[in-house]
Amino acid sequence: MRKPPLPAKGAVTGNKRFRGTRAAQLVPDARLAGPMPWVIAIMIALTVIAAAGGLALSNLVSDARADLAGGVTVQIVEASAPERDAQVRRAARVLEQDSAVRAVRIVPEAELEALLEPWLGAGVQNEAVPMPALIDLRLRGSADAATLQRLRGKLREVAPAARLDAQSAWLGPVFSAITSLLWLAAALVVLLAVTSAAAVWLAARSALGGNRPTIEIVHLLGGTDSQIARIFQRSVAFDAMLGGAVGLLLGLAAILLLGQQFARVDSGMVAGGGLHWQDWLLLAAVPLCGVGIAVLTARLTILAALRRML
Amino acid sequence: MSSAPGDIVRFDNVGLRYGTDREVLSDVSFTLYPGSFYFLTGASGAGKTSLLKLLYLAQRPSRGVVSMFGTDTVTLPRSRLPGFRRRIGVVFQDFRLVPHLSAYDNVALPLRVSGVREDDLHMPVSDMLDWVGLSERAQARPASLSGGEQQRVAIARAVIGRPELLVADEPTGNVDPEMALKLLRLFDSLNRLGTTVVVATHDVHLLRKVPESLIMRLDKGRLSDPTGALRYPPRREPVPGSQAVP
Repeated sequence: MRKPPLPAKGAVTGNKRFRGTRAAQLVPDARLAGPMPWVIAIMIALTVIAAAGGLALSNLVSDARADLAGGVTVQIVEASAPERDAQVRRAARVLEQDSAVRAVRIVPEAELEALLEPWLGAGVQNEAVPMPALIDLRLRGSADAATLQRLRGKLREVAPAARLDAQSAWLGPVFSAITSLLWLAAALVVLLAVTSAAAVWLAARSALGGNRPTIEIVHLLGGTDSQIARIFQRSVAFDAMLGGAVGLLLGLAAILLLGQQFARVDSGMVAGGGLHWQDWLLLAAVPLCGVGIAVLTARLTILAALRRML
Repeated sequence: MSSAPGDIVRFDNVGLRYGTDREVLSDVSFTLYPGSFYFLTGASGAGKTSLLKLLYLAQRPSRGVVSMFGTDTVTLPRSRLPGFRRRIGVVFQDFRLVPHLSAYDNVALPLRVSGVREDDLHMPVSDMLDWVGLSERAQARPASLSGGEQQRVAIARAVIGRPELLVADEPTGNVDPEMALKLLRLFDSLNRLGTTVVVATHDVHLLRKVPESLIMRLDKGRLSDPTGALRYPPRREPVPGSQAVP
C-alpha cells in the first residue's frame, strides 16, 4: 500500500473565508424559495404604502400648521350694516397699527357670499340674512393666547361686536385626528417589519431543519457557526433583495395611483399632503431596511439554533 | 486536568448518559498516544459509538474529564471546538457524505471549511481520490457510488486535513471482506505516517491484521483494561497472534 498523499501541514489551513457559491452549494435548500420572496414583496409593498401615507400626512400637518400658525380671523357680528362697516374700518385701522400684525385683509363681501353659497344659495340679500364681516389677519409670530388677549382688548374699544379667533384653534381636532393617523401609519410600519422578521425566522428554521444532516457534518469537520450562518444569510439576502425590489415597485405604483386620485380632489389641505424628494429617498430605503432585517433575523435564528447543537 | 505530555487523548472516569436514562458509559479511563493504532470492540449497545462521539467532540460527557491535545475539552468554550475538530478525522459507519456534492467536493469540504483557496486544494483532493482509487469517479454523486466507494470517499474526506487523530466507526460494516481489508490498509498506512487511529469494530478478524495495535473492549459501557495497558501503557503491545496487513 503506497503512502497516502497527505498535503503539507501548512496547506490544510488557510485564511480564505468559506463563503460564496462554493459554500452556498453545500445547502442548496437554504434558499427560502417558494412563496418567501413574494411574502417579503407584499410586506415591503405594504410598508412602502404605509410609510408614504404617514409621510404625506406629516407633510400635510406641517404645511397646514405653518399656514395657520399666524392666522387670525376677526368676525364683526353686527346686524346693522352701516354700523358693521364702521366697526370693520375702525378695527382694521387699529390692527394695522399693531406691531404683532403683519398683514390685514378685509374679506370682500362677494368672497363671503361665495363661501356661504353652498349653504344659503345664490343671491341672498344681506338684509334678509345678516352675515358677519370678516377680517383676515396674519401675525408676525404665532397666534398665542397672550397676543390674542391683547388684540381683543384693543378691539373691544373700537369694535364691540368683534370676535377674534386663531385659525389653528378651529383645525385643532383635525390636526389631532391626522396625528392619530400618523401614529397608526408608524405602528403599521413597525408591525410589518416585525411580521417580516417572523416570516424570515420561520423560513430560516425550516431551511435549517431541512439541511440538518449536512450542517452536522460541516460542524464535525470543524465548520464554525458563523460559516454556517453566512450560507443562510446569503440565501436570505438574495430572496429579500428580490422580494424588496418587487415590493418597492408595487408600493410605488400604488402610491402614484393614489396620488393621482388625491390630486383630483380640489382641496387646499389635501394639496399640502404631497411627498418631498427626501420622502422618496426614505421610501427607497424601505427595501434596504427590509433586506437588513431579513439578513439579521436569519443570522440570529441560525446562530440560536446552532447553539443548541454542540 | 490536561493531557500529560506525549498523550493525545486522556479520559478520566468519564461517564455519559442521555437525558435521565442510565449511563451508557461508566468510569471510562484510558490514554491514547500519538501514532498508535487502537481497535475499539464490544457487542452492539456496549457504548462504542457513544465513546467515539466523545472522541470526535460530537458529545460532552456527563461526568469525568476528557482532555484532547493537551486541553480539557469538557470545559472548553463551544466557540473553540471547531479548531479541535479540524485536528480529528471521522469516518462514520453510514458514511455521512453530503448527498448533493460530488466525490471531489465531499473530499474537498474539510479544506474549504479550513479556508484553503480553491487553487490550492485541487491537487491534494485529486491525489487523495487517486490514493483511494476513485480518480475516475471524482464527479460522481454519492448515490451513484457503491458502498465501498462511498466508504473510501469518506476515508479520503477524513484524512485530507492531516488529522492527528482518526476515528472510524465500524468502517468495514457495510463492505465485503476484500474491501474491508483494503480499507484497513488505508488506515494502517495513515497510522504509519503518525496519525493516531481508533477503529470501532466487532469484526474480530480485523484485530489480527494490524500488528502493534491495542484493543479497547467495551462491555455494557465499561472499558475493560485488566492490565492497565490502556490507561498506563508501558509500551505498545502487539495484538497476540496479529499478522501484518498483507
